[in-house]
Formats: sequence, C-alpha cells, structure tokens
Amino acid sequence: MEQFFDVTIILLQGFWTNILIFALTLLISIPLGLVVTFGSMSKFKPLAYLSKILVWIVRGTPLMLQIFIIYYIPGFLGIPASSQLTSVIIAFAVNYAFYFSEIYRGGIEGVPKGQYEAGMVLGMTKPQIFKNIILLQVAKKIVPSMSNEVITLVKDTSLASVIGLTEIIKSSTQLMSSPGILYPLFYSGIFFLVFNGIVTLGLNKIEKKFSYYN
Amino acid sequence: MLEINNLTKKFGAVEVLKGITFSLNKGEIVAVIGSSGSGKSTLLRCINFLEKADSGEIIVDGEIIYKTGDVIGNDAEMREKRLHFGLVFQAFNLFPQLSILKNITLALDVADKARCKKKQISKVELSIASEKNKQQGMKILEEVGLTEKIDAYPFQLSGGQQQRVAIARALALSPDILCFDEPTSALDPELTGEVLRVIKGLKSPDNTMIIVTHEMEFAKNVADKIIFMSEGIIEEIGTPKEIFENPQSEKTKNFLKQYFNKH
Repeated sequence: MEQFFDVTIILLQGFWTNILIFALTLLISIPLGLVVTFGSMSKFKPLAYLSKILVWIVRGTPLMLQIFIIYYIPGFLGIPASSQLTSVIIAFAVNYAFYFSEIYRGGIEGVPKGQYEAGMVLGMTKPQIFKNIILLQVAKKIVPSMSNEVITLVKDTSLASVIGLTEIIKSSTQLMSSPGILYPLFYSGIFFLVFNGIVTLGLNKIEKKFSYYN
Repeated sequence: MLEINNLTKKFGAVEVLKGITFSLNKGEIVAVIGSSGSGKSTLLRCINFLEKADSGEIIVDGEIIYKTGDVIGNDAEMREKRLHFGLVFQAFNLFPQLSILKNITLALDVADKARCKKKQISKVELSIASEKNKQQGMKILEEVGLTEKIDAYPFQLSGGQQQRVAIARALALSPDILCFDEPTSALDPELTGEVLRVIKGLKSPDNTMIIVTHEMEFAKNVADKIIFMSEGIIEEIGTPKEIFENPQSEKTKNFLKQYFNKH
C-alpha cells in the first residue's frame, strides 16, 4: 500500500510535465495558428507560398524528429541550446499551430461569401467584418476538428521523453526497471484516460455553447 | 439624386455591362427587369462597390463617387462611398450568430466603437450611442412588423421574415439609395407577398430605390420607372405603362410575352 502511494506521487510528478506541455502548447499554438492561416491565405503570393511550404514540411515530418532537431541542432551551430522543456514546447507549439492553421483555413473558407458582402455593404472594414461576423462562425465550424487535435495532443505529450524529459510514461518505464513493477504502465494509462475524459467534457461544453444558433 | 453614366464591367473576356446610363430622382423607384445573365445583378453590385466597374461614372447628389480609373480607396473612403447605398441580397445574408436586433444594430455599434477607439467620442457617449442604436433598431423592426422577434435568431424565422429583417438592417444605415437584388427569388411563392408589401410600404418622397426583380406585377404597381436590360445594355427604359403596355423593342416584347405566358 505504501508502495502504491509512492508510485502515485511519482506518476503525478511525471504527469505534471505532460499537463504543462499540453497547456502551454495550446496557449501558444491556437493564436499562432491564426497567424499562419493569414499567411497562407494572404494575397501576397510569396508569403502564401512560403506558408504553404512550411505547412507541408511541418505536417509531413514526424513530431519526434522536430523535437530532436529543435533540441540538438542549436548546440551544433554554436547557439545556446534551450532546455529540454523549452525545446519540447517550441516543437509542439509550432507543430500544432500548423495543424490548427489548416483547420482554421477550412473554417474561414467555409463561411459563405455573402457574409463578407453583407458586412461590406453595411460599411464595415475587412478587420471589423472578420472580428464581428466571421470569427464566431468559424469557431463554431471548427470545434469538432479542433477537439480531435486537442485529444491527440494530450497523448502526444509523452513524446517529450525522447529527449530525456521525465514525463509520466518515462516515469512508469523507470519503475518497471526498478523496483521492477509492471502496473505503473497501466496506471499511467488511467491518468491519460481520466485527463482526456475531463478534456472531452470541456470540449463538449464549448460545442454546446455554440449550439444556440444554426 | 443618382446618375449612372456609361458604366461598363467585364469578367475576363465577357462584357457583362456594356455602357449603362440612367438617372434617378429622389423618391423614385426604378425596377430593373430582364432575363438571367442580362447584367442586372452585376449593375447593382457595381453600384454598391462589391464589384469594381471598369469604366463610367457614378454620381450621387452631384458628388462623383466613382469614375473611370478610380482605384478602390482606403477603408474609410470606401465606407463613405458605400454608405450612400444599401443592398438587400437575394439570399438575405443575415448574421446567423446574432439576434435579430443585433443584426440590425451591429454595423452602427461597430462604427461607434471605432470612433470611441479613435477618441472621437467618449465612453459615455459610446453607451448613449449604443442605446440610441438599439432604439432605432427597434423602431425599424416595428416598421417591418417584426417587433416580437427582436431576440430571436435568424434560423428561427421564415424566409419572408428573414428578408424583412435584411431590409430593416439596410434601412438602419439610412442609405440615400436602397437597392434590392431579387429580394423574393429565394422565397417560397406564399412568402413573397409579405416582403413585397414591406418594400411597397417604403415608397415615400424620401426613399429612392432600385429593385432588380422578376415580379412583373409588382414592378408594374410600385415602380415609377422600368429598365429592361438585355445582354449588358439597357434595351428599353420608360414608365411601367410604356414598357408593359406598349413596349418598343422586339426583345422587350419577347421577354414580356414569355413571362406572361408562364405566369
């Protein structure tokens, strides 16, 4: 029983890292994704092409590889390397921002042209139209796809272990080698299940908030 | 009040407007009729700056608001120009996430907020203005007979009611000239009546209107002037009596014959 208590504390400490990566990634990537969207939808062609190439690279390569590159490459180039946690958060935030940007783009393109035109003939400027008319409609449209990504992110946070960061799965594998117990592996799975359960409830609430109109 | 001189517009190689010229006095209603593809909607869209005309002139109250070679100016100038006109769309284009009242007051509120941000009005004046917008919105909703719907959302309304809200929304900005782009074409036949009645009710010495429509009876009863468009030009222009009872052009005769055979 005492051992179980200790294991719980160790896993909780590990899971705290997962939660931190999760929260900071969302905090940065949600607005950053919008910036990428504006880039890829820009009328200035070079910027649009550049954004699209970046989307292709970031979505087309493994997140694990991106974590390695951000953590190890600066040192080789003589630039001071970031801490493990900072590197992981940069990699996650950029990766998710590019995924989100494509979801945003789909959402924005899904708003009928008539909505923009109605705003224009009412004398509103383009930024005013975007902020007051389009944004909320986009938000409603993208909630389901965003929810999927958010739940994936919860599980992806365990990738942080590849550069030695002690997150929950690394903690449980360490417990496996010493003192040689297996159940922390399953136990850590329960942490993810519970946390994702809470996240899902939150996401459902957001979805419900948007259901007041069609 | 309004003068359109030699307005042209091409989409690629297709000449949609081949030099449209007409004028309108204050309080007049002109109905624009013609078959699909004749350029009626494009004409309205050019007048409302949703499309940029290639050449010609648009003059409102002696002020040239568009002439050949004009580039679309900055947002503030554009806003000034656009607000001479209001446009009611075929598909209503109400804002689905906003209540009916908010649909009507949004543009006014946004403009007041922008003024407050630029320190042209104080916070107190802003809240007075927003209250005023609300009152005005309710007054206009009363005019179109939808007082009881102020807190509803667009999806809860019938098509006819939605179009009446769209008319109220355009009226709220007190445009000099109100344009309608086939306002009843997206409606079930039994709902067109209420919308046409509202438009008819707007007829007054102050309200100048351009109505693109397929409702010939309505055009005949309400308009002071009829424009028949065909293939990007004004084929014939005249009073309803002249156009409907004694059309001169062969194309007008054919169009009307076909229409009245069908209806």
